Amino acid sequence: MSTRFNVGALLAAAVIVAGIGTAEAKDKVKVGFIGPLTGGVSVNGLGGRNSADLSVRLRNADPATKYDYELVVLDDECKPNVAVQVATKMAADKEIIGAATHYCSATAIATVDTYHKFGLPVIVWGAVLPDITYRNKYPEVHRVNGTMINQNDSNADLITKLGYKTVAVIHDTTDYGKGHNQYFSDALAKAGSAKIVGTFGVTADQQDFTAELTQIKALNPQVIYFGGLTPLGVRIRSQMDKLGITAVFDGTSGIVSDAFIQGLGPLAEGVLAFREGAPTEKLPGGKFFMEKYNAQKYDNPPEAYGAFAYAAMDMIIAAIEKVGPDRKKLIAELADVKDRDSIVGKITFDDHGQNTVPVITRYVIQDGKFVEWDDSEYASGKRKLPGQK
Amino acid sequence: MNAALLAQYAMNGLMLGMMYALVAVGFTLFFGVLDVIKFSHGDVLTVGAFTALATFVGLTSSGIASSPLLLVAMIAVATVAMAALGMLIARALVLPLRSAPALNTLLITLMLGTVLRESVRLFYPAGANPKPFPRLLPGGSIAIGQFDLRVDNAIMLIAGVAVIVGLQFLLNRTKLGLAIRAVAQDEETARTMGVNFTAVVLITFAIGSALAAFAGIMNGLYYNEINFGIGLLLGVIGFAAAIIGGLGSIYGAILGGFLFAALQTIGAVALPFASAYKDVFAFAVVIVFMAIRPTGLIQEKISERV
Repeated sequence: MSTRFNVGALLAAAVIVAGIGTAEAKDKVKVGFIGPLTGGVSVNGLGGRNSADLSVRLRNADPATKYDYELVVLDDECKPNVAVQVATKMAADKEIIGAATHYCSATAIATVDTYHKFGLPVIVWGAVLPDITYRNKYPEVHRVNGTMINQNDSNADLITKLGYKTVAVIHDTTDYGKGHNQYFSDALAKAGSAKIVGTFGVTADQQDFTAELTQIKALNPQVIYFGGLTPLGVRIRSQMDKLGITAVFDGTSGIVSDAFIQGLGPLAEGVLAFREGAPTEKLPGGKFFMEKYNAQKYDNPPEAYGAFAYAAMDMIIAAIEKVGPDRKKLIAELADVKDRDSIVGKITFDDHGQNTVPVITRYVIQDGKFVEWDDSEYASGKRKLPGQK
Repeated sequence: MNAALLAQYAMNGLMLGMMYALVAVGFTLFFGVLDVIKFSHGDVLTVGAFTALATFVGLTSSGIASSPLLLVAMIAVATVAMAALGMLIARALVLPLRSAPALNTLLITLMLGTVLRESVRLFYPAGANPKPFPRLLPGGSIAIGQFDLRVDNAIMLIAGVAVIVGLQFLLNRTKLGLAIRAVAQDEETARTMGVNFTAVVLITFAIGSALAAFAGIMNGLYYNEINFGIGLLLGVIGFAAAIIGGLGSIYGAILGGFLFAALQTIGAVALPFASAYKDVFAFAVVIVFMAIRPTGLIQEKISERV
């Protein structure tokens, strides 16, 4: 085992030396991206893919860049079983030095062991389940976006401040939805004044929610909290209306996408949602990012997490530029990230590789747009949510 | 639990059951004439719903605003288009594989389902996103005691019943129906009696697929939202309903559809554990049921397995 490792290290060293020797032809270095490119949340995956691609293109266009980067893109379909397959494929390809991986929490948590086993350094760009970084202490796994603990604290805080007393919870039964349920319930209990009148787990591909919503109607809550992704969110909000339920629809980062508003039309008005980090246009590098993104004329918008995918990929490439295309050196380099500037603001990884971003943005949908709560007419009192004090 | 709530659950169950029944009838028709299981049936429903939506978008952009007119046009275009698609599938994929093992047809239509589903996702503009489906039926509701009966739901239920009664009439009272039943009972004898076998098969697939399109539109009007994945679960449930009812029996399929919806509703409401298990519960009951009564609720008069 140790002999083989030494040979590998020698080979790597030889490659690097050879690379310096022929400076005019840049060596090819492969970096990876994994996200949901097909299926219900594919808009977010495609936005992330484009953003990572943008990072690679900008680096390659820069003459000062030492290597010629090639992006390898794989599709996890937001399904854990598929994710493990593609993660294994990517991690087993020793030419791939590092990767920006996963939008869905269910896939990100399913693959951390794979990355650890194969020693592939990854930076998660969109999944928010705390366990992804905190369950184990894998040096390979990092995350640029925040976790759902922060957003649910903020969520419970707003619900309490608005004077709501009764909340019904619907969550999908993936790790993502269950995590949201747990952290929101904890946060709400800590906040003290509102109570949860009922909790309903639903499957991630469910179409009909009338049975659950009829039960909720009987419980008559002021707020329906939903821990899940856009497709389910659209169905539930739409069916709430059919059953004449007027409660506030309180979502998570999982519904922050243009597809949510397009899927609902006027029914999206007054829906709450929360997300880690600031809105793309308010990020330190947001203007730069949007300009460059639009210049590439991608088919899809970057969506809510595109800037994070860009930041993740950019950090990987910057580290490879510094230490060379070697997985172990890359891991060592990423272990020491403090106050690093990026387009999403300063990034500091804690000992679990988790970026400690404290900022949570609170959104309310107003006139077909995600508007920051503090800037909205709901906060100023010009409009009122159902039952808002 | 009060009566209004109970009525609401019943209504939810009836609406679901109607959609399942319409899908299940398709499965049972196809199995009846050709002894094949066509797994792309659910995805034909999806394509039907999207065809209706595209028709809506096209007509409204050319200035037509009358809801009844739009609805009639959507139903007409979607059912005719799906009938054609059904015939095409039968002609190109199912009939050529007649002498191959039944498993091949099952597999090839399963693959076709994936092709249809992914095509909707890729080729319909922004097809990966959930799409709002227009509200074309009158809103409003009739108060019956404390229960508010939504007018649109009532119209859909009546329309569903009318379609099923119409199908029943077609099968039992017309010459075409006689031919379909003859082929279903004994293909060889039907051929010797001068029944055009290929034509009957194609027409049966057209009818079944048009029913799927109708169910797709109903799904859209009921939920006001469609997405490329609606057919997947509806297909599996419709198939399960057809099996519970006894594959090959129209009444069985309808009964099976409503029974499955009832199981799901009971699973979500009456069981002490979370509603997350309602599908587990419903399918588990189907498994137990199939173990006790393998031929389904209403078995074919002549068993195929003799």
